[in-house]
Amino acid sequence: MSVLIDKNTRLIVQGITGRDGAFHTQQMIEYGTKVVGGVTPGKGGGTMHDVPVFDSVAEAVEKTRANTSVIYVPAAFAADAIHEAADAGIALIVCITEGLPVRDTLGAFHRVLSLRGANNPLGKPRLIGPNCPGLITPGQAKVGILPGQIVAPGPVGVVSKSGTLTYEVVKQLTDRGLGQTTCIGIGGDPVIGTDFIDALTLFEADPKTEGIVLMGEIGGNAEEQAAEFIRKRVTKPVVAFVAGQTAPPGKRMGHAGAIISGGTGTAGEKMAAFEAAGVPVARIPSEIPELMAELLQRRRTRRKNGAAKAKPAKKAAPKKPAKVMKPARGAAKRKK
Amino acid sequence: MNLHEYQGKELFARFGLPVLPGQVAATPEEARDVAASIGGLVVIKAQVQAGGRGKAGGVKLARTPEEAFEKARDILALTIKGLPVRRVLVAQAADIAKEYYLSIVMDREKKAPLIMLSAEGGVEIEEVARTAPEKIIRQHIALDGLRPYQARNLMAKVFPDYRQAAQAADVLLKLYRVFQEGDCSLAEINPLAVTPEGRVIALDAKVILDDNADFRHMDWEHWRDAEDETMGQKLAREKGLSYVRLEGDIGCVVNGAGLAMATMDLIKHYGGEPANFLDIGGSSNPEKVTAALKIITGDSHVRAILFNIFGGITRCDDVANGIVTSLKESPLSVPLVIRLTGTNEDKARQILSDFGLGATTSMDEAVRMVIARAQEVNA
Repeated sequence: MSVLIDKNTRLIVQGITGRDGAFHTQQMIEYGTKVVGGVTPGKGGGTMHDVPVFDSVAEAVEKTRANTSVIYVPAAFAADAIHEAADAGIALIVCITEGLPVRDTLGAFHRVLSLRGANNPLGKPRLIGPNCPGLITPGQAKVGILPGQIVAPGPVGVVSKSGTLTYEVVKQLTDRGLGQTTCIGIGGDPVIGTDFIDALTLFEADPKTEGIVLMGEIGGNAEEQAAEFIRKRVTKPVVAFVAGQTAPPGKRMGHAGAIISGGTGTAGEKMAAFEAAGVPVARIPSEIPELMAELLQRRRTRRKNGAAKAKPAKKAAPKKPAKVMKPARGAAKRKK
Repeated sequence: MNLHEYQGKELFARFGLPVLPGQVAATPEEARDVAASIGGLVVIKAQVQAGGRGKAGGVKLARTPEEAFEKARDILALTIKGLPVRRVLVAQAADIAKEYYLSIVMDREKKAPLIMLSAEGGVEIEEVARTAPEKIIRQHIALDGLRPYQARNLMAKVFPDYRQAAQAADVLLKLYRVFQEGDCSLAEINPLAVTPEGRVIALDAKVILDDNADFRHMDWEHWRDAEDETMGQKLAREKGLSYVRLEGDIGCVVNGAGLAMATMDLIKHYGGEPANFLDIGGSSNPEKVTAALKIITGDSHVRAILFNIFGGITRCDDVANGIVTSLKESPLSVPLVIRLTGTNEDKARQILSDFGLGATTSMDEAVRMVIARAQEVNA
């Protein structure tokens, strides 16, 4: 099992004839993803890596029954590409493009949400990104730019704001023998389609995911909210990491979202929020695999011991209180 | 991009917001001329991007053009919070009966613009938020925009006089246009002042623009503070790199913001000090790598350089080519440690080894290595 993408994913590539689009189409095909078509307005009728190219997403969907789209078009046109995919009935829209104005992202986000209906976190359509590396379900499909050679099938769900830091950690997990159900890069922009809570909800509902690695970074308060959500709703073990522990306030660290302002959004506050929620926090990336391995081991032992007595679903619950719950320090301090 | 007050007011005026006449001046002579053309009492304000300008002596009143000359000369000689004052705004002075606070900011969590309004104007809003959060009214703007009646009702909550509330509502509606059409992340008026005659005016302007939208605002370019940029910052901007200079001595070139931050953290974790944050971004071409090396070697504090590349959309061979090209042009005087793995890693290794360079695959190992090298240089 996996979340969001698998063998049944039928992918189209928006911006398939561009430099990045063409290169990664080939990589996705080589990985085994079913790339059924591409879209570049004005280039319909041609092919790219033996994939048919269409002028519009609507036409591509009609001819190929695509259910997923990945977007590589330039920033100025990327929001329009999201709208087009959503209106054409695509269920999962993954926007790799970086540099979208927030105003554009906001419009696209709300369009996707209006088609899905609010309060439906597992519903469709779903937007991932923008400014994200996409997602990969090892051995089944990759949508985006995550390198295929670093992943392996296994029990860990990975969700991250970052791109290359995700590769770093996923590779270390794989090297440690911890494969993944699905790795999701949600992106580092201030406004994104799928956030930590959405991803945690998906992993919690996925029977094959046994543990979750969450990688955040400075800026905003998505990590604090994720911590609170984990405390209340997530029964599976989670390991967290926050990048930017040494970042100075007031400076934008590359990602538009990664800026500490007004004393909120620091790595320290986020780490404290996770710890207060009973989530172990890795100080450096290379600690993550060890922490995850330990938690998985404990969970499996507990499940084995408890298996005779009760249903698996029941057993997940008593394990959390093993950690002493401190009052949510981060939550009290947090300003809105 | 953060705008100076005079630039923010320029933007405000374009959308019809009530600002008092004024003009920016770079010399005492210019300040005198502006004061003469405005006539009467003027206020001279240092144009630096720092709070607390008044306390630092950066805001002064002048009754005559001659006085404006003197005050401008004094202010232009100041350095406020490390920033040299290069310009002053000379503007008509106003009598103030009451000060309010008004801003629109992007609320990333609620995914909507947020209006913040307070009768406690003129002081830093962070201070109000800390000491008396109940004195700040917050209201999100719905997807379909802000209606005039909503603006009036909101303003009526803090303006006791309805005619003033109506004026303030007009200010809010225009400020929302500035925010939307101007692609702002923040548009703030503090203070939004009421004169003894009951006129509502924007006495200050703080605007942060969404840099990602610069492709549709050709006019933003002339607002950029070119003279405040270091050579490194300028080169980084021109080549599309993200660069923030820090205090340490280990220069880092990394692809991806998250990995770049984690690399800085790891350097610190192992006892080193990063000299910078530098993200060469996604589909990096060799040219970006050359520029990155130029920026880092331009920082005299740097004792050793670390490349940390995890290829995804970035191809390791592009990076390797960039390194080799720039080293051929200008050899380094400090040690270089290269870590690369991911897309086209083998090609990259070949390119580097043909040039006599090695590369590691482990980030931890590379960081420890570069710290050791920097210490050797220091010793």
